[in-house]
Amino acid sequence: MAYPRRASSQQPRVIIIGNPNCGKSSIFNEITGGLQEVSNYPGVTVEKKIGFFHYEGENIRVEDLPGLYSLTPYTDEEIITREEILKSDVGLIVDVVDSLNLERNLYLTIQIMELGKPFIIALNMSDIAQKRGVIIDHEKLSRILNVPVVKTVGNRGEGIEELKSYIHSYIRKQSIWVPKHVTYGHEVDTVVEQLSEFLENKLPDNEKEKARWYTIKLLEKDYKLLEEIKNKISDSQELERNLESAIKELEQHENEDSTVIIAQRRYGFASGAIRECVSYTGEAKQNITDQIDNIICNRVAGPVILLGVISSLFYVVFKTTQEWKWIPFPPEWVSPVELFEKFFENFALLFSFLEKDYPAIHSLLSDGIIGGVGAVLSFIPLIFVLFLLISALEDTGYVARIAFILDRLMRIFGLQGRSILALIISGGIGAGGCAVPGILATRTLQERKDKIITMLVIPFMSCGAKLPVYALLIGAFFQYHRTLLMLTLWALSWLIALISAFILSRFVIRGEPTPFVLELPPYHVPVLKSVLRHAWGRTWMYIRKAGTLILAVNIIMWALIYIPIPYQGTKQKSEPQGIESSIAGILGRTIEPVTKHIGFDWKVNIALIGGMAAKEVIVGTLGTVYHMETAENNENNQDSLSVNLAHHKE
Amino acid sequence: MKNFCNTERLSELEEGTKARIVGIRGGPPTYRQRLLDLGLTPGTIVKVNREAPLGDPIELELKGYFLALRRKDAWHILVEPLPNNPE
Repeated sequence: MAYPRRASSQQPRVIIIGNPNCGKSSIFNEITGGLQEVSNYPGVTVEKKIGFFHYEGENIRVEDLPGLYSLTPYTDEEIITREEILKSDVGLIVDVVDSLNLERNLYLTIQIMELGKPFIIALNMSDIAQKRGVIIDHEKLSRILNVPVVKTVGNRGEGIEELKSYIHSYIRKQSIWVPKHVTYGHEVDTVVEQLSEFLENKLPDNEKEKARWYTIKLLEKDYKLLEEIKNKISDSQELERNLESAIKELEQHENEDSTVIIAQRRYGFASGAIRECVSYTGEAKQNITDQIDNIICNRVAGPVILLGVISSLFYVVFKTTQEWKWIPFPPEWVSPVELFEKFFENFALLFSFLEKDYPAIHSLLSDGIIGGVGAVLSFIPLIFVLFLLISALEDTGYVARIAFILDRLMRIFGLQGRSILALIISGGIGAGGCAVPGILATRTLQERKDKIITMLVIPFMSCGAKLPVYALLIGAFFQYHRTLLMLTLWALSWLIALISAFILSRFVIRGEPTPFVLELPPYHVPVLKSVLRHAWGRTWMYIRKAGTLILAVNIIMWALIYIPIPYQGTKQKSEPQGIESSIAGILGRTIEPVTKHIGFDWKVNIALIGGMAAKEVIVGTLGTVYHMETAENNENNQDSLSVNLAHHKE
Repeated sequence: MKNFCNTERLSELEEGTKARIVGIRGGPPTYRQRLLDLGLTPGTIVKVNREAPLGDPIELELKGYFLALRRKDAWHILVEPLPNNPE
């Protein structure tokens, strides 16, 4: 279909919000058919995602915001979402409500009602609720809240057309749904009325409609918001006086803190609505999540299963992508990583016709670009399979259990349970991984201190880019126990990361630890489509890095190594002094007096300099250095590089 | 605030115990607000489902979902234990 990928600029914004784990991302995917992440781990939807759908000749834009529990934000993600929700250009809010967790999800819905903005509800996973014997009368719910309620099953696309038609009719201004006022009981309502009337008179015209919402937040003692409001009105002292007396009146009457009263009344409203529109059938199936957790989180079985899961992850990723030669590549069989390597080798051969007449261009193409970037891109199968499995694990809900089981252990090192996911994605299980999505995964950490420490130690993990370096060095210097050495390096990376975290949390990063809250979502069977989407999104980040940053660094490194060599018609390769006299060679030589103490000569230094920009560059640069230095051109590039290194060492 | 005689700290309950929340005392205000938003309001029934293999954090069940808190933080939650009636 060819329609413009843009909506008209005057279209009011349509945003999708909801609790973490409510299936919001799958609703967004079904509406837009777009590429994006879906998962079960609390808060994986980390970016603002924009998509489009076409409906009756109109191109409509929708946005997916990070999940949140409440409009009083606790995590950075929630702060972003709240800011977006409050923006005045937001027209329609699509509130995704998890039928399996109705009460807590309605709590957020009630806060959206308080805002008074038009919204509609997508009552998601209603099929599973029904199977569990929970029947929700969505029409009744719609009457109670005075907004449309659509039953949806996100991952099967049910109810999506209806949602689209509601969104469309809002855009066309054929209908606008104004939610009812939430009632909190007579006493609270009176106080709210009074204060909000006062605020409405004081606020500027464009803010007047927010008066009621502001009032409720102020009664909740949202002091940050109080400061903002004080800047908007002239008589801020009077506001403070009125607020103080309102809170006092409430607290005396109820003998409770006003923040507690508001939260309690919202939950009261939610459970009232549930009483009216939810019925239970006798054949309610028992919640199996608790039974599974009896085993998964068991004192003895839990850690054993955890070890089993992580080592099989490692095993599957390694065997299927690197070790098992299961792809036919006549006349032999190769592993997926080898297949990619072969592809790039043959790709480089395509340009061999340039070698004679344009050695510089040929060298740039084959050594600098294809050699360097190809070495990185060969790991795509490994990265993809790893992310596929991690995404599936996230979708099942097991990752939250890993955080639960390991939190106590991680706390010793100044980290927390949720840091584990970021560390695993960064290469914690020793089978690939990448620090870029790893650092992105720290967004689910609500505690700033934990987040910073996790980010800082992530580079120590054995990411996919380090594996070829390890493999190269082990191949070069050790004949036996290569697997064991690989494992030792992997264990060392963990050790160094954890010790660094310990030191950082004790002595460097100050700040009180923030209390940690972790929802353990119900177990789900992962949906292939969403797992694939998620894994591909993360792999794409890796590829994008290879195509941009790593490509650039490789070209620069190549230039540094190549350029000063005078063109002589014959191969410069036969003159090892050539590289030595290049810019890179001179740089490498300059720092050699320092690095020689740890055994690095100028050639390794060249690779290290390149590695500062991206670790992936190291093997590529070493390859370039030795490739250009030695005349031999073995068909097996990596081995010959190992051999070269080993020779050199002797 | 109200006075309760047989209140305990949520962090001190045995696995499998049900209790009614009395209130949250102390702790950072943002944390108190978060617990309220997550439904740990006075009067709510919570069950301590289990502790993690290393004894901490603990898993709670409330309002039909599961929530993990560290003992140190759950200490701020005052509860009134309910008699265990086998289901």
